[in-house]
Amino acid sequence: MPTFDYAPAPESRSIVDIQPSYGLFIGGEMVDPIDGTRFKSVNPATEEVLSEVVAAGPQDVDRAVDAARAAYAGAWSRLSGRDRGKYLYRLARIVQERSRELAVLESIDNGKPIRESRDVDVPLVAAHFFYYAGWADKLGYAGFGPDPRPLGVAAQVIPWNFPLLMLAWKIAPALACGNTVVLKPAETTPLTALAFADICQQADLPPGVVNIITGAGDTGRTLVEHPGVDKVAFTGSTEVGRQIARSVAGTRKKVTLELGGKAANVVFDDAPLDQAIEGIVNGIFFNQGHVCCAGSRLLVQESVADELLAGLKRRLGTLRLGDPLDKNTDIGAINSAEQLDKIRMLSEVGETEGAERWSPPCELPERGFWFPPTVFTGVSQSHRIAREEIFGPVLSVLTFRTPTEAIEKANNTPYGLSAGVWTDKGSRILWMAQQLRAGVVWANTFNRFDPTSPFGGYKESGYGREGGRHGLGAYLDV
Amino acid sequence: MAWGRTSMSDGDGRLEVRKTYKLYIGGSFPRSESGRSYEVRSADGERFLANAALASRKDARDAVVAARKAFPGWSSTTAYNRGQVLYRVAEMLEGRRSQFVHEVGAGEGLKRRDAEAAVDAAVDRWVWYAGWSDKVHQVQGSSNPVAGPYFDFSVPEPTGVVALVAPPASSLLGLVSLLAPVIVTGNTAVVLASETAPLPAITLAEVLATSDVPGGVANLLTGRPAEIAPWLASHMDVNAIDLTGIGDPELATELEMAAAANLKRVVRPPAGTGDQGTDWSGDPGLDRLRAFLETKTVWHPVGI
Repeated sequence: MPTFDYAPAPESRSIVDIQPSYGLFIGGEMVDPIDGTRFKSVNPATEEVLSEVVAAGPQDVDRAVDAARAAYAGAWSRLSGRDRGKYLYRLARIVQERSRELAVLESIDNGKPIRESRDVDVPLVAAHFFYYAGWADKLGYAGFGPDPRPLGVAAQVIPWNFPLLMLAWKIAPALACGNTVVLKPAETTPLTALAFADICQQADLPPGVVNIITGAGDTGRTLVEHPGVDKVAFTGSTEVGRQIARSVAGTRKKVTLELGGKAANVVFDDAPLDQAIEGIVNGIFFNQGHVCCAGSRLLVQESVADELLAGLKRRLGTLRLGDPLDKNTDIGAINSAEQLDKIRMLSEVGETEGAERWSPPCELPERGFWFPPTVFTGVSQSHRIAREEIFGPVLSVLTFRTPTEAIEKANNTPYGLSAGVWTDKGSRILWMAQQLRAGVVWANTFNRFDPTSPFGGYKESGYGREGGRHGLGAYLDV
Repeated sequence: MAWGRTSMSDGDGRLEVRKTYKLYIGGSFPRSESGRSYEVRSADGERFLANAALASRKDARDAVVAARKAFPGWSSTTAYNRGQVLYRVAEMLEGRRSQFVHEVGAGEGLKRRDAEAAVDAAVDRWVWYAGWSDKVHQVQGSSNPVAGPYFDFSVPEPTGVVALVAPPASSLLGLVSLLAPVIVTGNTAVVLASETAPLPAITLAEVLATSDVPGGVANLLTGRPAEIAPWLASHMDVNAIDLTGIGDPELATELEMAAAANLKRVVRPPAGTGDQGTDWSGDPGLDRLRAFLETKTVWHPVGI
């Protein structure tokens, strides 16, 4: 059979205009920090310095919270739901208008393939604003009483894996419900949030309704613990989630947490195996496995394990790893040196503990942060790679014999964010969906997201839901 | 208290057969494994009412084990069946009305009419919540119109094992207002009863034991919440904790911090000083049902 090589097909980066340095977006304008320091943001695919951004200090946080409070007490709370909705519609439209720029910027800053930022992240961002725009003047019909009230100032801290999408998940429902926000993007991915500041200006959003402050963990902690904050929304690691839950103890702050996961992706012997293989690949190698709901534990029924693994390995051999801006790239860069170290460390632990490691032949670029798609077989439930969230392109494969055993293994984790099930038998799908203790169950699919679809965890994967009618509850005084 | 029985006799000179108040764990009525008890007196302090069991850490752990064991069965019972079982509880409550009126009146220091009102409200509250068993899914669930060829729906599911610190002042109505919404949706519960007025809680346990509620679904402990609640707040097999009955804000903060160890869902005490100012007679709304429900979203492709 003839084969065809891929020619490079890079997306042009001339569409983005990255400034050499950025301030903080507070009270509707970009301002210099008061006590913040500056740090460099790099392109994880090349280690090229992209820009210099602020690590906001305590006084900067004060200023941002004050601006959000003033906007809440002033213009925003007097605005009708209808007009709040109009602002959100504007934001949705501007995101659509600038979608190519945002996708390229996201890929440069985060390392994810342009195919994903262009086809998944940015369209979902626009959809999220569009969806919640429509709720703003219908809150009385959402099942929280005739006139539900907003909470006030929301402190929102988001991760680096879906920078702009997580911003949308946080800001859209908060504004629709009538809150004002101070949002901190992750240390390594601040640029699309800063671009969003420009979008807020283009939309003439009243000053202080959205404030964006950059920085690392210290800035986030200062923001979350700030006494002027009424609501805390966090997406990130379970460990930081625990710290936040402790830090708000004894306050009246309302909290929602979307934390880690170790999702089981369960494949039965009657599943359409080719589809299942696509689903497994999408489940763990989408976004380099930097996905809290990634299907990082493959549970495959023993009778089809060999066949499935052979097919999976064949498929992994066709994945293209490299330049995130190349439209043919499947696997982009690991987001940071720190994350790469963690993935390497846990992979080495996997080998040490006796699991068998496999990667397809795969040339890694010389500069930047890269890790090949990796599969561990012979994994037992006690192995760290079966228990801990790796947050990288690493799949742990376990087997089972009966549906009951599959459920026991799938639920044998302190996490409970998502799960997958692959089978042709309808009654078994519904039974599995009932038994799995997870907030999202994908049956014969994986890693699907939609603004109308509530998303969030059971157990130590956090509490509260984002998306859908349910997502409003996180930002209303109910 | 002119309407009350004397502690000695029924008035016709017959000597009363007194009740031993014990714990309720896994469907049984054990004494505290610690062998401890404490004296319960009437609200005015004048009359000895009973020696209640003083639950220990071990009792609390046993109760969690019983609640965990009961969870798979109770949460998979059909909603219709759970509704009938809980309605049966209301029937039994009604049948014990005079006993509850007596215990609530003595424990809370209420006039007879007020004690009757509290008991009647508690029975009615139980009926109200029982009816939610097969309705809450339709109110809290949804089908979600996702932009793609998928059928996508969200359903509420019980959180798991829920620890409850019952209000100290409202010994039956407050207790019922916390317990009923937790178990009607399929959770199982470990309850710390009012420390000063624990007797209605144990009588409620006797009602539960004779109402087809499986053992372990609701476990009731009497004793000192300040001693026992920390063990429940830090217990890694408890999924949620309701701190409504904790009046001391510092203790409430400590318990909330301990609860963070496994990211328990926490219901904080009402602002101010515990439930002293809480009016339990109002419309409870859906907040307590929602507090101990998770939302599960299921996706499946649509195609031929």
